[in-house]
Amino acid sequence: MAEWPLVELTAAAMVVSMAAYVLFGGADFGGGVWDLFARGPRAARQRALIADTIGPIWEANHVWLILVVVILFTGFPIAYARLSTALHIPLTLMLIGIVLRGSAFTFRAYDSRADDVQQRWSRLFAISSLVTPVLLGIAAGTVVAGGAAPPGRLSFHAAYIAPWTAPLPILVGLMTLTIFAFLAAVYLTVEAREADLATDFRRRAIASGIALTLLALATLWVARTAAPRLWEGLLLRPETRLIHVATALSSLGAFGALLGRRYRTARTFAALMAALIIVGWALVQYPYLVPPDLTVHEAAAPPITLALLVGALGVGGVILFPALWYLYRVFGPREG
Amino acid sequence: MSDLLAARSQMAMSLAFHIIFAVIGIGMPVLMVLAERRWQRTREPVYLELAKRWAKGTAILFAVGAVSGTVLSFELGLLWPGFMEFAGPIIGMPFSLEGFAFFMEAIFLGIYLYGWDRISEKAHLRAGILVALSGVLSGIFVVIANAWMNAPTGFTMVNGVPTDINPLKALQTPAAFSQTLHMTLAAFTSTGFGAAGVHALMLLRDATNRFHRRGLEIALTLAIPAALLQPLSGHHSAQHVAEHQPVKLAAMEALFETQAGAPLLIGGWPDEATGTVRYGIELPKVLSFMAFNDPTAVVRGLNEVPEADRPNVLLTHLSFQLMVALGSFMALVALVALWRMWRRDDLTHHRWFLRATVAAAPMGFIATEAGWMVTELGRQPWVVHGVLRTADAVTPMPGLVVPFLAFTALYILLAIATAWLLWRQILMAPAEAEWHRVHVPRGRPVVEGVRG
Ligand code: HDD
Ligand code: HEM
Ligand code: HEM
Repeated sequence: MAEWPLVELTAAAMVVSMAAYVLFGGADFGGGVWDLFARGPRAARQRALIADTIGPIWEANHVWLILVVVILFTGFPIAYARLSTALHIPLTLMLIGIVLRGSAFTFRAYDSRADDVQQRWSRLFAISSLVTPVLLGIAAGTVVAGGAAPPGRLSFHAAYIAPWTAPLPILVGLMTLTIFAFLAAVYLTVEAREADLATDFRRRAIASGIALTLLALATLWVARTAAPRLWEGLLLRPETRLIHVATALSSLGAFGALLGRRYRTARTFAALMAALIIVGWALVQYPYLVPPDLTVHEAAAPPITLALLVGALGVGGVILFPALWYLYRVFGPREG
Repeated sequence: MSDLLAARSQMAMSLAFHIIFAVIGIGMPVLMVLAERRWQRTREPVYLELAKRWAKGTAILFAVGAVSGTVLSFELGLLWPGFMEFAGPIIGMPFSLEGFAFFMEAIFLGIYLYGWDRISEKAHLRAGILVALSGVLSGIFVVIANAWMNAPTGFTMVNGVPTDINPLKALQTPAAFSQTLHMTLAAFTSTGFGAAGVHALMLLRDATNRFHRRGLEIALTLAIPAALLQPLSGHHSAQHVAEHQPVKLAAMEALFETQAGAPLLIGGWPDEATGTVRYGIELPKVLSFMAFNDPTAVVRGLNEVPEADRPNVLLTHLSFQLMVALGSFMALVALVALWRMWRRDDLTHHRWFLRATVAAAPMGFIATEAGWMVTELGRQPWVVHGVLRTADAVTPMPGLVVPFLAFTALYILLAIATAWLLWRQILMAPAEAEWHRVHVPRGRPVVEGVRG
C-alpha cells in the first residue's frame, strides 16, 4: 500500500508523545508520590525541592498527554472511539485524578499561608499523584490484555468493569506508578543541590527501581496466560527481543550509576529505560492498535488527514523543541 | 434522566465551566503584558505590582483551565464516540494546532511566572507576549472546530459515510471568521470588564488608591474597544447564521412563521406548543433588515422544518436576548467611559460610573455563556449541522448520570476553592501604604500619563 509509511509515521509520533509524557509528565506525578512519602528529618526540604522542580514545568509537561489524545482522535478515530467507550470508567476516574492533582498543586503553591488549609491541598495533591498513574496504567493494561473490545451485547459488568479489573491491568497500573516514582526519584537526585537531599532520593530511586523490577517480572508472569500475545511478543519475536535487552541493560546502567552516585548518568539511563518500555510496548502490539482485532491500518484516517497531521506535527515540533529547551534551561538545575 | 440527556448535560456543564477559565486565559495575559510594559517604560512600581498580582491570578486560573480542558479532550470521546469517529479525521487539524498553542502557552507562562529574576526584563516581557498570543491562538483553533460543527465543509456524504475528506477545506468553514472574531472579542470584553469591575469596586471604597486607579485604567484600555466592536461582530455573526443556519436564527428570534419583512422581537416568551410569543415587542421589518440588509427580505421560520428538527426555542431565544442585552449595556458603559476620557474627566470621581463598571464585571462572562447556549442549543438536534444527530453520536455506555453528577460536584467544589483562594490571596492582600500618597482633589482633571 502506498500509504503505509504515513500510518506508521503517525503511530510513531503518537508513541514519541507518549514516551515524552511518561518521561516528563510521569515524573511530575512521581514527584507527588514522593511528597506523600516524604519522611525523616529532611521531609520539609524534600517537599520544597519537589515543589520547586515541578512548579514551572508541569503544565507544559502535561500537554504531551493532550497531544497523544489529539493524534489518536485525528489519526486513528476508530480506535479513539473504541477506547473511550470501553475504558469509560477508568478514564473518567483518571480525569478526576488529573483535575485534583493539578488544581491542588496550584492552590497549594499560591496559598501562601502555611495553615491546615494548605496541608489539605498538599495531601490532596499527593494522594491524587499516587492514584492517577495507577488508573492510567490500568487503562493501558486493559488495552494490552485485549480488553478494549466493542461492548456488543455483553452485560454491563462484562463490557465496562471486568476488562480493567483483571490482574494484568492492575499490575500494569502499579508498574506505571512505579516507573513514574522511579523517574522522579532519579531526576530529583540531580535537582538536589545538597548531598544529603540527593542521598535521600538516591535511596528512594533504588527502592522503587527494585520494586519496578519485581513488578515487571510479575506482569510478565501473569501475561503468559492473560495476554499470550504480549508474552509471545515480549519474549519470542526477534525484533522486539533487541528492545528488551536494551531496556534491561539501561535499567542495569541506571542502578549502577545510582550506586556509584553518578546522578546525571543515572538520569540518562533511567529515561532511556522508560522510553524503551513504551517503544517496546508499541512494537509488541504492532500491527494492532487495539488488540485483539483492530490494527493501525484499519483504524487509520484517510491519507490526506494523516499527511496533514504529520506535517503539522513536524512544523509544530520545529517551534516546540527550542521552546522546551529554553524552558528546561531557564529552570534546570543551576550548573556549577 | 436519559443517558442522552445526561451526556448533553455533562458536556454543557464541562464546557460552561472551562470557558470561564479559557476566557481569562486569553484576556489576562494581555493585561499582564500591558502593565509590565508600562512598568518598563515608566518605572512606576505600581505597574510592576499590578503585573505581578494579575500574573498570580492568571496562574491559579490557568491551572484550572488546563485540567478542565484536559477533561474536555477526553470527554469528546467518552461521551460522543460517534461524533469523534466521524469528525476526527476531518477536524482534527485545528485540535492538533491547538495542542501546539497550548504548549507555547504553558511553556512561556511557566517562564513568565517563575522567571522574574532568572531572565532579562526584555526576555520576560517577550515571554508574556507569547503567552498572550498563544492564548488567543488556542481559542481560535478550538472555535474553528466548533464553527465546522455549525457549518460543516470538507467532505461529501455517500450513504451515510463521509468521503472525499479534505481537512484544509474543513478549516475554511464559512462560520470560522465570524465565530473566532466574536469569541476573541468576547474574551477581551469579559476579562477587561471583569478586572475593571474589581478595581472599580475597590475605588468605590477608596478613590485615592493608585494601585486600583492604574488597574482600572489598563483594564479599560482592553475592555472599551472590545466592547464597542462586539455588537458589530455579533451582527456579522447573526448575518452568517441567517444565511447558513436559518433554523437557529428562527429559534433565536422565536420566529415561527416564514415571512417577508419579518419583525425583530424584543423580549417575549415563546410558547412552542402554540407557536406564539407572549409579552414581546415587535419592531416591524427590522429582522429582515438586520439579517439580510433588506427590509422586505424573506426570513425563514421554524414551521419550515418538522418539530423533531427544531431546537429548544425558549432557551435559545432567551439566551440570545440575554447576550444582546448585556452586550448593549457594556457597549454603553464603554461609550460613556470613552466620552469622559476624551473630556479629560477623572473617571474615579464619578461614583455612578464606577458602580456601572462593577455591575459590568460579571456581564461579559454571562454573555459568553449565553452566546454559547445560542450556538450549541440552537444547533440541536444536530451535533454536526444537517449531517449527524446528537442522539446518534452518544456513547452506548449506560448510567451516564453518574459521571454527570460526579463532575458537577467536582466542578462546584473547584469553583468554590478557586473563588476563595483568589479572594484570600489576591484581593485581600494588604494594600501598600505607598499607593495612597497621591491624593487627587475631587473634580480636578487628572492628567494621566504625565509622570514624576
Ligand atoms: C462578551 C460576550 C458577548 C457579547 C457582549 C455578545 N456576544 Fe454574541 N456570542 C458570544 C459572546 C458575546 C460568544 C460566547 O462568544 C459566542 C458563542 C459562539 C461564538 O462564536 O460566540 C456568541 C455567539 C453569537 C451568535 C451565534 C453565532 C453562531 O451560532 O454561529 C450571534 C448571532 C451573536 N453572538 C450575536 C451577538 C450580538 C448581536 C451581540 C450584540 C450586542 C452580541 N452577540 C454580544
Ligand atoms: C471542546 C472544546 C474544548 C476542548 C477539547 C478544549 C481543550 C483544552 C485543553 C486540553 C486545555 C489544556 C491545555 C494546557 O494544558 O495548557 C485547554 C485550555 C485552554 N482552552 Fe480549551 N478546550 C475547549 C474549548 C475551548 C474554548 C471554546 C476556548 C475559547 C475560546 C478554549 C480556550 C482555551 C484556552 C485559552 C486554554 C488555555 C488554558 C487556560 O487559559 O485556561 N477552549 N483547552
Ligand atoms: C466553551 C464554550 C462552549 C460552551 C459553553 C458550549 C456549550 C455546549 C452546550 C450547552 C452543549 C449541549 C447542547 C445540547 O445538547 O443541548 C454542548 C454540546 C456540545 N459541544 Fe459545545 N460549547 C462550547 C464550545 C464547544 C467547542 C469549541 C466544541 C468543539 C470543538 C464543542 C463541542 C460540543 C459537542 C461535541 C457537544 C455534544 C453534542 C451536542 O450536544 O451537540 N463545544 N456544548
